Amino acid sequence: MTTVKDVCRHVRSKNAGPYWVTFDLFFRDRAAFDRYSESPALGPDLFQRLFDADPGLVQHHRVAHLHVLKISYARVTAQGGEVERDMHCGQQFVRLLDVPLD
Amino acid sequence: MSHAPVKILVSSGSLGSGVREAEVQAGLALGAQAIATDAGSTDSGAAYLALGVSKNSRGAVKRDLTIIMRAGAQAGIPVIIGTAGQAGGDMNVDWTRDLALEIAAELGVRPRIALLYSEQEKAGLKRLNAAGRIRPLPPLGPLDDATIDACDHIVAALGPEPYIAALEGGADLIIGGRTTDTAVLACFALMKGMHAGAAWHAAKIAECGAQCTLRPGDGAGVLISIDDTGFEVEPLSAQNRCVPDSVSAHMLYENSNPFRLVEPGGVLDVTHARYTALDDRRVRVTGSVWEPKPYTLKLEGASRGRYQTVMLIGIQDPAVLSRLDEFHDRMLAALYQRARRSLGPDAGDFHISLRLYGWNAVSGMPPPPGTPPPREVGVLFVATAQTQELATQIAKACNAWFFHFPIVPDAELPSYGFAFTPADIERGPVFEFRLNHVVELDDPMDLVRTAWIDLAAQEAVP
Repeated sequence: MTTVKDVCRHVRSKNAGPYWVTFDLFFRDRAAFDRYSESPALGPDLFQRLFDADPGLVQHHRVAHLHVLKISYARVTAQGGEVERDMHCGQQFVRLLDVPLD
Repeated sequence: MSHAPVKILVSSGSLGSGVREAEVQAGLALGAQAIATDAGSTDSGAAYLALGVSKNSRGAVKRDLTIIMRAGAQAGIPVIIGTAGQAGGDMNVDWTRDLALEIAAELGVRPRIALLYSEQEKAGLKRLNAAGRIRPLPPLGPLDDATIDACDHIVAALGPEPYIAALEGGADLIIGGRTTDTAVLACFALMKGMHAGAAWHAAKIAECGAQCTLRPGDGAGVLISIDDTGFEVEPLSAQNRCVPDSVSAHMLYENSNPFRLVEPGGVLDVTHARYTALDDRRVRVTGSVWEPKPYTLKLEGASRGRYQTVMLIGIQDPAVLSRLDEFHDRMLAALYQRARRSLGPDAGDFHISLRLYGWNAVSGMPPPPGTPPPREVGVLFVATAQTQELATQIAKACNAWFFHFPIVPDAELPSYGFAFTPADIERGPVFEFRLNHVVELDDPMDLVRTAWIDLAAQEAVP
């Protein structure tokens, strides 16, 4: 089984303004990018399952020359709200690392 | 006809983060024509706008501002600051203004200062909303008056036009309210008529200072040189380097879309940008496109919600650590029961959460089955209620239960590790951003108020 951390050299997450969270998956090389950056396993359903995201508000952007897949979703709880646990969402990437890709 | 490039010294990613004097001198030696920096963002949350306070310490901001004001006076070039005081509300601008006046007196310099206020009156926004000029951005819906009323402070994120007007009016120092990071850094080159796509793109690349370099820890600022067809970027630190990937990768940072950036009056599109190494430390970028659009400004509003009181214990008892999820659930139920019995209906609709640091506090998700127990956990208790007094009364009611809750019924009561006395800490209100809307304007200057402090003229008065 191949997971995200097997094929990426770096994965990060961060808030993009108060209402969006964005993930950058830096694939190891062009071959890994070509093979996995359009994987359905990284589709909107994953973000619904992990973060309760609205699948209609999940964006995918492929930055081929950097071998990067960027995925952004709209937050469902306010930044800094009553149940906040990660203001900048900088730790959310961890939940992506073990996602199986094939 | 081609023009000489316009060179902007971007002193650091944010005023107060640590400008380096030697870097600023290096930038001046390279021919910088303006010093520009932003001084905040929404990144750290709504508290700074709601309260009108700075995130960075006064000393750190004063230190950085002193370096760039001295450099500006030395070289006779303007110093341009946007999103003053972290949030760019009127109180944040005035706080920065007072620092600048103090520094000017200490340095013996007499700049002509332009203050650009972008805080908005609620009545004016309601009129614009009623006229259909305000529309939501996902994930929020249409704006209503109640949401406007709920905000403590509302700002519009300005574009470059008020900065250009201030520069044309002879400003030596501009202290701007909330502004897009890019507008602050792009304004001077736009005023000089340089390539608009290049000016905006250069500004986006430089907005976090040395973040676009190969080793962001090895420097604070960058120099951007914008011309008729593109721009160049180089680190201010002689030891650091910009390479095509470090520059282009910055379009990913804190952006939901790495190719298109919506700005006041247009969209920057970098889909077809080309990043080329000029040498081992400078990168040239061409192919950036500015698509003019109807003029809009983004609104940001911050409000305070309910109040929180917190307590913290540490636990090393292996009997607890081996059953943490069960411990969490049982303790939480006991605390709710205790608070309800103690306060009765007066407690209202309160909320208690327990976060087990060292186990699953950050995500709140159950760890995978079979996860070994940690060596210790910190348990953060958070009570949220309508008033601070009520949140604290809930914490006090829960104190002994939180401190002594047993994992084994009928055993001698354990005592967990409080770190402080008093154990309950009043955290204040919850702060949230409430707006994610844009307002359509006929004139880019519609929502800005410019005030001038001409120290040179004041000194001239006998």
